[in-house]
Parts: sequence; C-alpha cells; structure tokens
Amino acid sequence: MRIITLLVIIALTTSGTINAQDGGRKIPAVDIKNLDQSAFSTGEIENDGKPIIISFWATWCSPCKRELNTIADEWEDWVDETGVKLVAISIDDARNMHKVKPYIDGQSWEYEVYLDPNGDFKRAMNVNNVPHTFLIDGDRNIVWQHNSYAPGDEEELYELVEKLSGGESIN
Amino acid sequence: MTYFLKSTFSLLLIALVTQAFGQDEEGSTGILDGAQIHGNFDLYAQQYNEDSIIGAAAIPEKSGINAFTNLIVTKGRFSAGVRLESYLPPVQGFDVRFGNQPIGIPFRYANFKEEKLEVTVGNFYEQFGNGLILRSYEERALGIDNAFDGLRVKYRPYQGVYLKALVGNQRFYWQKSAGIVRAFDGEIQFNELIKKYESSKLRLSLGGSFVSKFQAAPTNTSMDIPENVAGGAGRLVLNYGNFGMQAEYAYKVNDPNKNNNYIYRNGQGLFFTATYSQKGFGVNLSAKTIDNMEYRSDREAGFNDVFINYLPALSRQHTYNLAATLYPYATQPNGEFGLQGDIIYKIKKGSKLGGKYGTTIQVNVSAINSLKRDYIVHSHADSARAILDQQVYIPTDSNRIGYNTNLFNVGDEVYYRDYNIEIDRKFNKKFKLKATYVFLEYNIELIQFKVSPNVKAHIAVLEGLNKFSRKHSLRWEVQHMSTEEDQGDWVFGLLEYSYSPHWIVSVLNQYNYGNKVKALQVNYPTAQVVYVNKANRISVGYGRQRAGIFCVGGVCRNVPAANGLTVAITSSF
Repeated sequence: MRIITLLVIIALTTSGTINAQDGGRKIPAVDIKNLDQSAFSTGEIENDGKPIIISFWATWCSPCKRELNTIADEWEDWVDETGVKLVAISIDDARNMHKVKPYIDGQSWEYEVYLDPNGDFKRAMNVNNVPHTFLIDGDRNIVWQHNSYAPGDEEELYELVEKLSGGESIN
Repeated sequence: MTYFLKSTFSLLLIALVTQAFGQDEEGSTGILDGAQIHGNFDLYAQQYNEDSIIGAAAIPEKSGINAFTNLIVTKGRFSAGVRLESYLPPVQGFDVRFGNQPIGIPFRYANFKEEKLEVTVGNFYEQFGNGLILRSYEERALGIDNAFDGLRVKYRPYQGVYLKALVGNQRFYWQKSAGIVRAFDGEIQFNELIKKYESSKLRLSLGGSFVSKFQAAPTNTSMDIPENVAGGAGRLVLNYGNFGMQAEYAYKVNDPNKNNNYIYRNGQGLFFTATYSQKGFGVNLSAKTIDNMEYRSDREAGFNDVFINYLPALSRQHTYNLAATLYPYATQPNGEFGLQGDIIYKIKKGSKLGGKYGTTIQVNVSAINSLKRDYIVHSHADSARAILDQQVYIPTDSNRIGYNTNLFNVGDEVYYRDYNIEIDRKFNKKFKLKATYVFLEYNIELIQFKVSPNVKAHIAVLEGLNKFSRKHSLRWEVQHMSTEEDQGDWVFGLLEYSYSPHWIVSVLNQYNYGNKVKALQVNYPTAQVVYVNKANRISVGYGRQRAGIFCVGGVCRNVPAANGLTVAITSSF
C-alpha cells in the first residue's frame, strides 16, 4: 500500500508541475469573513483587470507586520503608478481576530483586509506558514508566490507588479 | 484502510490516467481536463546529540522527521484532496503515538461547492463562531489535528442566512475518537437579509449552534455516565461605524470526564469583546470567563486530544523568544476569569514627536484569575488554593455536582498577569528601532506543575533593523529577563543578516546567567542559514535548543531541550 501511495504522490506532484506551467490557477472561492465578521467569498476578490497582491499574515507574526508596514510607507506610490490592490488575509484565530481591526486602523493600512480564523483559505491556497504572498494578474490567475520576508523583498515584489501592470508576463 | 479512502484513491488514479491518455488526443474530454493539481510540502527534521547539561537525553534513533504533503485536485465545482504524513520517527516533543504509523494518509476529502450549497465527504475542519462550542483545526507545529471524518453540508436558503450541519468522528493520532459528534449552526446576517439595511452603518448578525456527542458508557464503573452530551452556543456581532462588539455564550450539559474528576456539573462560558478604531488609533477590550467547559469527543482523553471546542487564551501572543517560550499562558478549561485591554496609537508622521515616518505605541494588559468555587462538601483542607481544585480535587457530595459558582465569581488566585508596552519608530529609510517592556506574573504550579511561588518576571527587548542597501540588511535583538523565581535571569542576543531575496543567515545565543544552580548557567548558541526561492524555503540550523513551551492560541506543546542539526523545508506548488 505504501508503494502505491508514494506512486500516487509522485504522479500527482509531477502532473502538478506540468499543470502549473499553464499560467496558473484562479483564486479559489472560499467563504471567509469581513472585518465585521459578515461572510465574504474569496471568489469576489478582483481589481478591474489590474494586479492584486494577496498577503497572508497574522497579528502575532513579526515578519508579516514588517512586510506590510514597509509596503504601507510606499503604498500611495504603488497604487498611483500601477493601480495595484493589496488583500491582506489575517489567519488570526478567535484569540486575536478581534484585535485585527484596531491594529490595521491603528497602523493606517489602506489594504483590503479579511479574516480567515480557521485557515480555510490558507489551506485552499496551500500556504504552510506566514508570511506568504501571492501575485495575481488581471485575469485573476495566480502568477507568482513567495514565502517568508526579508527587508528588500518588497522591491522585488513591486518590480513584478510593475511588469504585470505594464502588460508583461512574469513567468 | 477505509472504503472511502480506497475510493478516493481510485478516483484520483482514474482521473490521472484519463488525463495522461487524454493529452494524446486533441480536444479530449477526459474527466480531469481543465482540472488543476496543487499542494504543498512541509518537512522538519532534527538530529540529536546527547547533551546532559541542558537535559537533552540520548535519542536511540538519533533523529526525527515530521513531513506533510498536501495535494488538492480542483475542477469547477469539485475538489478533492489528500494529506500524506510521515513520522520517521516523530520529532522529540511530538506525541509518540504519531509514530504508530510511520507514513499514511490521515486526511482525505471530496467537496462539491456551488453558490448556495456545499457538501464535503471525508475529512474537514470547521468552526462555529469563536469556537467556544465547536472548532476542529490543524496546528501542525503543536501536533494538533482534530479534523472530523464524516459528512458536512453548508446551505444558504436566503441571502444572509447561513446553515451548517455536520456529523463525524475526530482524528485521534492514527485512529478515530471514541465518540461521534453531531452539530448544527445557523447564522443570520441582517444587513444581507433585509435589502433596506444593506448599506446601513449598523451591522448586525446573530448565530446559534447545537452540538451533541455520543460515546458509549464504560462498563467498568458503577457510575451512571451520560452517553449523549449536548452543548450549545449563541452569539451576537454588532458594528456601528467605528464601534464593534461581539459576545458569545456557550453552555454544556453535565459531562463527567477524566479532567473534571467525573463531576455532573453543567459547564458554561462567555467571551465578549468591544473595539473602537479610527485612523491612527485602535482599542480593544475583552473578557472571557469559563467554568467546566472542557468538551472532548472522548471523556477519557487527555493532553490536547480530540477537543470539540476551543477556548482561546485571553492574553497577548508574544513573539520575542524570552517572553514567548518560558512562561506562556495556557487556557484552564475547568475554570478561569480573564480581562484584557489593548491600545494602539500611531503618533502622526511629520509631527515633532512622531518623526518623519510616525511612531507606533502599543499597550496591552491582561489579567487572569481563578473562578471562585463554593464547595458543596469540602474535599481537602486547603480549599482556598484553586490550584488543588484543578489538580487533585475529588468531589464527595452525593450528586457529584462538586461546587457552585457563577461566571462572575472571580477567585483570589492569580493565574496570569501581563502588562506590556511596545514603541516602534522608523527613524529614516535605513534604521528602525523597537523597544518593548513586559511584566509577567505566571502561575507556574498550575500551568507547568512546578512547585514554586508565582513567577514574576521583567522582560526588556530592543530590536533594530539596519538597512544598508536595497538588498542587504541586519536585524538584531537584545533581550533580558530578570526574575527571582524558577530559572532566574536570562539574556538573549540575535543577529540576522539578510540578502534579499534569497538568503538569511542568523546567529543567536541565550544565556541563563542568573540560574541559582551554577551548573545550569548555560549558553544556548544556535546558527541558521535560510534559502528562499519564491514559495520554497529551506533552512539548516545547528546548536542548542532550550527546553520551553511553544503555544498558539493558548494551546501549548512542550519543546524538549535538544542539541544538534535541524533542517526545515517548505514548498507550495
């Protein structure tokens, strides 16, 4: 049985790679929550054909906050120049999810923020840990993703956003 | 292996074969045409050297590996997935029962979703409200996975009305829990339901849950143990402009179990939060009180096993090493009363005090005490000490109700105090500084079973970020903890150099210089190299790991002392 299992895994993984080169998959539709805890389907994330950044974070994740606060300092320029939208998905559970709105207002973030308190969207997007950032093209395909954050990573991200916004492919 | 697992596998195999052959023909209509396969991989491996000074014992296998592979196939409204887990053998600190099966598939499901209806067969996670009465989730780093295996239906009969029903057993390592769980949840979002109020400033929702578990009564006792135990919860969420509040009340009928000493008392809990926020300012106040709310799908279960509900800890989740892993609070399901306040304020950019980029100040206060119990019959001489109630209390009243209390009957015993302040300032594009002070009081006897007075600790942290150029930066941390109790004073230092976008190199040391036992005044140096490429991350570390407690959401796992090599790999595809 173990051998069959492994074969299936290998088969799936390989075909996954083959599939992935087709230009990526769309954002899956998963039911999560707005900041007022009303229902929100991730199938509704869109930005009129312009690029979207989806960033998974949590109030207890220092590198996540470093990344999103660093981008916040430049955010007006990013939007003016590329029309990009940033969707921040908080994976804080019931312990911290009620602190998310005070935190983002306190930091004056101008992102779209949603709550994923039981990790449903996180699993659907195959996120292992935060921070994990996705780049979505104008047709809502996932075209790039990145795990973890080091200072300076945001500049690579912005270059990719500029390319997408200019109609270039980034694959 | 169950019938379902076999059929899921067969389905996937057929699908793959169809797809493989389908690629030869143009315009093929194979069932997985247009389907997408994606997933992730996560591995943590540790090699162990014996190190008697820090208490790292010789491990016969010399190493441990935990590895997880998720694969999901999606096509239109359908998706199916499997998770392969390997424990070869489990990393130290994870339950040895994971090692009962070195490799296997504990999680597999098939799902159909359309606009109003969603059906899941197989494994799934679920949360009702805050989870006070039901939450199944995976926290891999803690070794927690209480996924259901069964059937779930979600249905939306009208816009704004959300119904969920489920039935299933929970995962118990490589087995299923002894009890079965049946549950229902309904929620009404009034702003969606009533078109007139769609864009109203007042946002209101109400929800209610009912949960029932069945576990056959044991045959080796004369006690009349209930086989069906019902629980329920009601919740309200209200927002008006910048104000928000939510309250959830949960109730559980009598559920004699190993951890409450088989008392027939009903359980209840209340969780309340209120927030106000505007640009540059946010405040959050919360209260949580619980009495006898441990709810598991096996009355004999211990540790973090097969919990049906989730009781979040009402305290800050610290991230700095000394504040996070020496004295973290863990929820006491048998009874506690807690309050928390949280304020964030950003001093304006460009102001004299705020500097060019603004300065952020965060203050957090939490206090958690025992819930006072009025015993029906005193069972031990020292009844004032709530800690004994939690550990050795034996009910002797004829009905085994044990005690009386109410949710606002705050006891005298301090479980936890945490007063902390954090100031964060970006001086210029090249330099950021963050200063943190934390005072902790920690009931170490209750939470870690160490006989000691409460630990009172002062922790100071300074963290800096120097950005030398676009790609090169250095992050550093200096931490100090001073305390008279337990292991005494600690100092911690970290240097983390990153070369964006691929490399991070760090060295850190912790030194227990204030330990009263001279031989335990030990250094814990560690070095680590991390390579990141897009969604792939590999880290290799070497050094000493201090024994500590790793917690998420008030649920904790002991991390034993270790000395050796660690390798971690994560990848998403």
